[in-house]
Amino acid sequence: MAKLLLYLTLATSLIPLFSVAFSPENPTDRRVLVLVDDFAIKSSHSLYFGSLTSRGFQLEFKLADDPNIGLQRYGQYLYDALVLFCPSVERFGGSIDVASIVDFVDSGHDLIVAADSNASDLIREVATECGVDFDEDPAAMVIDHINYAVSNFDGDHTLIASDDFIKADVILGSKKIEAPVLFQGIGHSLNPANSLVLKVLSASSSAYSANPKSKLSNPPSLTGSAISLVSVVQARNNARILITGSLSMFSNRHEKSGNEQFLTEISKWVFHERGHLKAVNVRHHKVGESDEPAIYRINDDLEYSVEIYEWSGTSWEPYVSDDVQVQFYMMSPYVLKTLSTDQKGHYSAEFKVPDVYGVFQFKVEYQRLGYTSLSLSKQIPVRPYRHNEYERFLPAAYPYYGSAFSMMAGFFIFTIVHLYSK
Amino acid sequence: MVGKTESQNGAVKATAAPAMNLESDLFSNFSFKSFKLKTKQQELLLRVSILGLVYILAFITRLFSVLRYESMIHEFDPYFNYRTTLFLTEKGFYEFWNWFDSESWYPLGRIIGGTLYPGLMVTAAFIYWTLRFLRFAVHIREVCVLTAPFFASNTTVVAYFFGKEIWDSGAGLVAAAFIAICPGYISRSVAGSYDNEGVAIFALLLTFYLFVKAVNTGSLAWALASAFGYFYMVSAWGGYVFIINLIPLYVLVLLITGRYSMRLYVAYNCMYVLGMLLAMQIRFVGFQHVQSGEHMAAMGVFFLMQVFYFLDWVKYMLSDTKLFQAFLRITVTSAIAVGALALGVGTASGYISPWTGRFYSLLDPTYAKDNIPIIASVSEHQPTAWSSFMFDFHILLFLFPAGLYFCFKKLSDATIFIVMYGLTSMYFAGVMVRLILVATPAVCLISAIAVSATIKNLTSLLRTKSKTAVAGSSKGTGGSKASSKASFDQSQPFQKNGAIALLLGAFYLLSKYATHCTWVTSEAYSSPSIVLAARGAHGNRVIFDDYREAYFWLRQNTPPDAKVMSWWDYGYQITAMGNRTVIVDNNTWNNTHIATVGRAMSSYEDEAYEIMRSLDVDYVLVVFGGVTGYSSDDINKFLWMVRIGGGVFPVIKEPDYLVNGDYRVDKGAAPKMLNCL
Repeated sequence: MAKLLLYLTLATSLIPLFSVAFSPENPTDRRVLVLVDDFAIKSSHSLYFGSLTSRGFQLEFKLADDPNIGLQRYGQYLYDALVLFCPSVERFGGSIDVASIVDFVDSGHDLIVAADSNASDLIREVATECGVDFDEDPAAMVIDHINYAVSNFDGDHTLIASDDFIKADVILGSKKIEAPVLFQGIGHSLNPANSLVLKVLSASSSAYSANPKSKLSNPPSLTGSAISLVSVVQARNNARILITGSLSMFSNRHEKSGNEQFLTEISKWVFHERGHLKAVNVRHHKVGESDEPAIYRINDDLEYSVEIYEWSGTSWEPYVSDDVQVQFYMMSPYVLKTLSTDQKGHYSAEFKVPDVYGVFQFKVEYQRLGYTSLSLSKQIPVRPYRHNEYERFLPAAYPYYGSAFSMMAGFFIFTIVHLYSK
Repeated sequence: MVGKTESQNGAVKATAAPAMNLESDLFSNFSFKSFKLKTKQQELLLRVSILGLVYILAFITRLFSVLRYESMIHEFDPYFNYRTTLFLTEKGFYEFWNWFDSESWYPLGRIIGGTLYPGLMVTAAFIYWTLRFLRFAVHIREVCVLTAPFFASNTTVVAYFFGKEIWDSGAGLVAAAFIAICPGYISRSVAGSYDNEGVAIFALLLTFYLFVKAVNTGSLAWALASAFGYFYMVSAWGGYVFIINLIPLYVLVLLITGRYSMRLYVAYNCMYVLGMLLAMQIRFVGFQHVQSGEHMAAMGVFFLMQVFYFLDWVKYMLSDTKLFQAFLRITVTSAIAVGALALGVGTASGYISPWTGRFYSLLDPTYAKDNIPIIASVSEHQPTAWSSFMFDFHILLFLFPAGLYFCFKKLSDATIFIVMYGLTSMYFAGVMVRLILVATPAVCLISAIAVSATIKNLTSLLRTKSKTAVAGSSKGTGGSKASSKASFDQSQPFQKNGAIALLLGAFYLLSKYATHCTWVTSEAYSSPSIVLAARGAHGNRVIFDDYREAYFWLRQNTPPDAKVMSWWDYGYQITAMGNRTVIVDNNTWNNTHIATVGRAMSSYEDEAYEIMRSLDVDYVLVVFGGVTGYSSDDINKFLWMVRIGGGVFPVIKEPDYLVNGDYRVDKGAAPKMLNCL
């Protein structure tokens, strides 16, 4: 009996452990691996880590060159997110390398990369894979002689203040970030070929990227607002990446700045506490019916509906927007219609099937800044009329019916007259 | 198990039987003599038994493929026919009639019911239902496999009657024997070759026979039967266009040569009007029958017949010949003018559609090559090589002119018909390989006339000389001819010996023909082409079943709604065996769609990716035959992809894929060739 009780308690205590894992129903990350150069960061950046732990994340700190680290075991990923606070690492320990990090992201997991001045080639490579290029000069830092932090007395103006945020509530939260963010580190530029990467925090127009120790001999390659200080990527599989050139930005030093709010909000976004949409109950049926048919006929009237919810970090809330569109698509959209919403997450539209048969798709391609992309497609064939679905008697054809029957009658009479009249 | 033993017997018999049959047929006169029973019944019995043997022979000689491989469907198109037949038997006729197939031609879909000739499927389903009704538990596949041989057997019967109608029953028997084993026909009617042609040749010959019968008798009933034969033909094969052009041509020739008669009038009008109405019931044909250019000749001749009849009547009413001459001139001129005007207006207004590409390419063999690469790319549509005539006809090729000679010597309405059929179909056979099939019955019939007439002459010569001749020659018409021939031969020495030598020579040739036919059937035409067989290093047979394994893999390992892109040759097989959606298939109705696939195949990978994304392609199937030495793989077909793709998308240019005008696939190939998909 006692044994049974023990098993029961064990089982019940295990259940929450399973349920907190990353799942489509609960998209927020839970298990985070933090790789650091040395464990001092744990205390120097404790405010940031503290805000994560208080929101329920399980942080696991490892040295970047720890030979026992690995992202997956037996083909299963051990973590939902990876934080690289190890700008100077030359080689990861264990089984981690650039390719495995890319695979990690490719399978839908999130990543935060923080570099610093003297960032190693390895970190630069990871960043390049994500679509941003750090300034190639290893000693370069972002310098701004106008918008520098007042508290910094050094005079080289490398601790800069910036408040050039991306205008997206979903990424940075609806509450305005009052104080500027203090930043000390290297700048990066976005790879123009990569359309997924976004500048979240860019430097002011007076900034430039150069080595503060040496004299500027030729014009700096990165200047002005082309310099990105913090960038995010949302991959096509909705994995999210945050890249910044400053590890110190996360540290406890900048008390009076907007750093804490900024970083908290953006890590909420990166760890899928915000801006994650899901579409459920995709249905379509003929108007006046409720069952989903296997095939439509041309010129049928149909109704398409979908429910879209947004993850708020704890529960799914109805997503309200007026710009969700559905396409009735066969090689090109034949019907493109904006879905109307009932403000409770239910979207629907009624339209007529075009007068073309073929294999169509209901497509909803919803991509909005900061939100995970919704790409729904549902295939449905559209058939032409059956042979007995046409009109039986056409009014326009009555003269022809008349002529046919009068011809028959005439022929009959003619035959009788011809045969029997002598 | 039963089927197996039966077919084995067949194979053994097939080698011996043809020669035996022919000889027994030809020696029939002698056998009468020895039995001393020369009654009509005796002859009938002999004729029926020969016909029965030929009937069986035609069936069993086509079973090589079942024997050697297994009971399965061959090649490409038959798979589609099989799939539709299966659908028909499972879902019933109305579902079949309205079937919209979303699995082929993704994403356009295809209205199967409206774009096929249902004759074959309905026939097979009907046989299936009949067998089921008789409590034979057969699978529909077996029915499909054996439909073509069954109809080949029926064709021999029709050939017999046709030969009897145009010449005499001896010619009919020889024709039946010829057509039973003629390789030109066997190529499309072996067991498993479940294609429209298998049924259509039967229907074609039946229509012609009934029409000739109607012309000979002037009977409304035969004309009606001919119209129904035509209906069956229309429902079975697009080659019905040949009938609807040949018969008017024949009528026109008769009109011009002054052989117009009331019989012809009745036969043609009844056949045309009823045949047209019936043909329009086939959805695929529909209003084409009165609107498209291919059918206009028949309509023109129809009106011409009325004018002729009218003139005849006026001539009968008018006693004054001068007045009639004037009237004739006015009427003919105005009739031609009205006809030409109607045709011109119809064509200009688009009511009468112009000729299709296939029709053009028949009249002008170079047309397809220049204008429609998709037609030219089909191997069946290539111009015929001289050797394949020899291969398919063997001695019939030499007997054909001889038969023509005999036909011209004894011109009648029927022989004129067979001569015209033979000549036109021989021309078409020269244009397209597959049309050898259409020419085969004509060649067999005309050759049969030659053989029958020659041998009858020779034997009657023998008999008159040996003084033991039987008084009554069994065949009346042949007898008088033979005697005239014999009197001519009287003057020549050694005529008896010469006749014997010639007879032996003829038998030698015929037996050679029989062995040749059997050899060709066994070696060349019984390969299913879906299972490859090759001779290994030690002469043993190696069988490659890769195709079916590949399709089976698709069926097992891909999601049910996966879309497979392949070159169109494999479309039918993928849908039938792999049960997956394909982008294009062997029904080449949408050139643009095929060109899109051709473009995807011949573009650089990133461009191809975009095209494939737009088509929702999940899998690409390519065939590479380099390892087994299989020559018709996708590398070989690649130039056609380029040509067809380039025909619609000028971005694709053929010279980009060639090196100095040569097609190379090794490392010296053109860079675009190497870098494309």
